[in-house]
Amino acid sequence: MEPADELLNDQASLELSADPMRLNMGPSHPAMHGTIRMVIDLDGETLVNLDVQPGYLHRGFEKSCERGTWAQVFPYADRLNYVSPMLNNVGWALAVEKLLEIEVPERCQYYRVILGELARISDHFTCNGASAMELGAFTPFLWLLKVRDWVWDILERETGARMTHSFGRIGGMAAPPTVNFKDDVLRVIPEVHKVVKETEIMLLRNRIFLDRMQGVGVLTKAQALSYGVTGPMARSTGIPYDVRKDHPYLVYDRFDFDVPVGEDGDNWDRFMVRLEEIRQSVRIIEQAIEQMPDDGPINVDDPRIVYPEKDDVYTTIEATIAHFKLVMEGLRTPKGEVYSFTEGGNGELGFHIVSDGSGTPYRVRVRPPCWYNLAAAREMLLGGMIADIIPTFGSVNMIGGECDR
Amino acid sequence: MSQAVVDRLNAQFGERVLETSDAFGDHEVVVALKDWVEVAQFMKDDGDLQMDHFIDLTAVDYPERESARFDVVLMTRSSVTGARIRLRTHAKDGEEPGSLAGTWSGANWAEREVWDMFGIKFNGHPDMRRILLYEEFVGHPLRKDYPIDKAQPLVPYREVSDIDKLPPFGIEEGQPFARIDWESRLSGGDNQVSPALGVQQGQRRTLSDSEAAQQVQARIEARMAQEAPEDAAEEGSGE
Repeated sequence: MEPADELLNDQASLELSADPMRLNMGPSHPAMHGTIRMVIDLDGETLVNLDVQPGYLHRGFEKSCERGTWAQVFPYADRLNYVSPMLNNVGWALAVEKLLEIEVPERCQYYRVILGELARISDHFTCNGASAMELGAFTPFLWLLKVRDWVWDILERETGARMTHSFGRIGGMAAPPTVNFKDDVLRVIPEVHKVVKETEIMLLRNRIFLDRMQGVGVLTKAQALSYGVTGPMARSTGIPYDVRKDHPYLVYDRFDFDVPVGEDGDNWDRFMVRLEEIRQSVRIIEQAIEQMPDDGPINVDDPRIVYPEKDDVYTTIEATIAHFKLVMEGLRTPKGEVYSFTEGGNGELGFHIVSDGSGTPYRVRVRPPCWYNLAAAREMLLGGMIADIIPTFGSVNMIGGECDR
Repeated sequence: MSQAVVDRLNAQFGERVLETSDAFGDHEVVVALKDWVEVAQFMKDDGDLQMDHFIDLTAVDYPERESARFDVVLMTRSSVTGARIRLRTHAKDGEEPGSLAGTWSGANWAEREVWDMFGIKFNGHPDMRRILLYEEFVGHPLRKDYPIDKAQPLVPYREVSDIDKLPPFGIEEGQPFARIDWESRLSGGDNQVSPALGVQQGQRRTLSDSEAAQQVQARIEARMAQEAPEDAAEEGSGE
């Protein structure tokens, strides 16, 4: 008799273990965007227990900020949410400006809005594209990334870099808009509309996609509030909280735009909220381009805050000294503590900064939206199937750089 | 809008509200450590306030302050009224504020992070583990007296006994610039100079004296001593 048949006759050895199976998912798993480890207890394919372990991308952002000048935080801020770095740049600039109690010129505010909304579009493109790709729909991913690249072309022409721009400055921006800025943006807008439409045609009636997204990874309104969830993820549960509407900063109060909200808080709602937000961002951009003045200063007129013109630095002693002081000692901020928050790609991006009156931040705390969104992921995943981790975790849009800092 | 929250808390707790502030437009209420959980719970449950949206919980280290070393800061928002408030308390080193994880689930991870980064434990927290760093990490890095270029002891590879991971860089390397020399400042010295300048003046603190660094050095030496004879033998055979 074959050994396999012997086993068949032995009933005891065939009985499967009733204990949950422990599985490690990540930290280097293709679906764990960035590096997240999940320790899972499985009963069959059902998740009975789950421990989400972030931290694999921790690089000491907050500690690093405490040893440079205020301006030297910009490159670090870029690398928080590296999919929409411009939003972080502007968020940090606004935080320090709140401490300094200054407001940048109107033209700069519009410029920041447009660049920020372009960054938001690219953020949502990436998230939705990746969500679709992970469920097997590779085409929308490529289409969305194609247009994202055209959006990044604009950002590259403006800032010189595609991703980590370091373009924000305290009291302004590093450079004024290029001559063709408005035309470039207007040229890419129809493409954005087109690709969003195409994505909808591809996905919204696709049975597989619907089954994987609808009713999966449900987060209730109460859970979202309790966990501190913000951004598209909070809006998908029906909380109409958008910093741009509730606490308008820059010139957001001058634009007419809607805050899309979902009902069920499942993957589908998160997907749809992001898709609609792309359209709303485009609306904001169109209005901002119309209203943005064509000339005027970009930076505040205060030599204690803003770097002098490079030409002057090389030709006059005053500007040389001003530049030296700003670079070596940093600008001086008043003593105090502020919390400034903006709508980042994933929700409320807050900078809680403490100043002791010197040229160096005493303490910088960034409130990363991903951190609290990810904390809620446990609630969304527990009791579900192991395969549902992929779309649910994808729609949380965890960005490692921001989450782990 | 947020002023209403401050007024309500003043009316409810009277003397127990130690301080209020609205500097830079951020409304803030300071309470004693023992009132921390009660005030937070009240803010959430009260019909007028309904601060149900958890925003953030963090800490700030003031090592030179005599009264209490840490500020623990909570930020919440009301999804009903849209009001925001910052609640603050002071904690001495070793004191344990009550955990708010039962009030807002988001406080769970936030408090774990504060424990990880500052070494403030929260009383009654369901799961007080480190969250961003690993269990074997020595110290709490966001404390001001934690040097930014401190080397951590090597962690033996878990479960597998004989795998030794050496860092790719020497212990004296790292990032030698910082603005304030906290170690000197806290020990009463007046060396406020940035260590980057200190290098030129011969003041740079070296890591060689620290216990962790010595352990690492000893292991490196032991390893080199172990490998050296083998290398010599290989070279010999090659010739």
